[in-house]
Amino acid sequence: MHNQYETVIILTPVLSEQQMKDVVKSYRELITGNGGVMVHEENWGLTKLAYPIQKKGTGFYHLFEYQAGPEFVKVIELAFRRDERILRYLTVRLNKDAVIYSAKRRRGEVSAPKPAAPKEEVKVVVPELEEETN
Amino acid sequence: MSKEVSFIFNQTPQVIQKKKYCRFKKHGIKYIDFKDKDFLLKFVNEQGKILPRRITGTSLKYQRKVTVAVKRARHLALMPFVADGLK
Repeated sequence: MHNQYETVIILTPVLSEQQMKDVVKSYRELITGNGGVMVHEENWGLTKLAYPIQKKGTGFYHLFEYQAGPEFVKVIELAFRRDERILRYLTVRLNKDAVIYSAKRRRGEVSAPKPAAPKEEVKVVVPELEEETN
Repeated sequence: MSKEVSFIFNQTPQVIQKKKYCRFKKHGIKYIDFKDKDFLLKFVNEQGKILPRRITGTSLKYQRKVTVAVKRARHLALMPFVADGLK
């Protein structure tokens, strides 16, 4: 039974562009070499961190989306933990809603909800006539 | 007649705030992405704390998902655990 996983890793900014690519390549090979099927990849480049990690203010973010068995997550997370170049990692299993979402996101059709936040609008109370969107 | 008038005046705030609603239910959003920090920023206050449901109007089902997404974003340093003047 193969699940779809999404892994985001943060690499140290100490690496050069080429070294960063090599690290990513090694993990890509680890995924495909263990029977995983790469679905999507994204490199966010050098990004500022919201708070320092290991005294570093920036990091290279990279996202892998792949199909693999559940045992594989242990393998890759062990590799991440042993790797000093990785500041943080997060692996999430994508459920069916998330798979649909990420496919949409890849096609760039994520309809970010309009800023429909409850505004400070004032109006006389009348029974709401909400139209169904779905 | 005068009685009716006073009845209206008694309801001093004749205009009240628009009813809150759950934006996820309204727009049919099923999955909340932890990578979308600009969206998640709507659910935290300026200190980076998660806003309660009574303020955002989110339904319980989606509030749980918002919470998980915010916590994941924090782990990946996309959002701060503590901040000052986030907005």
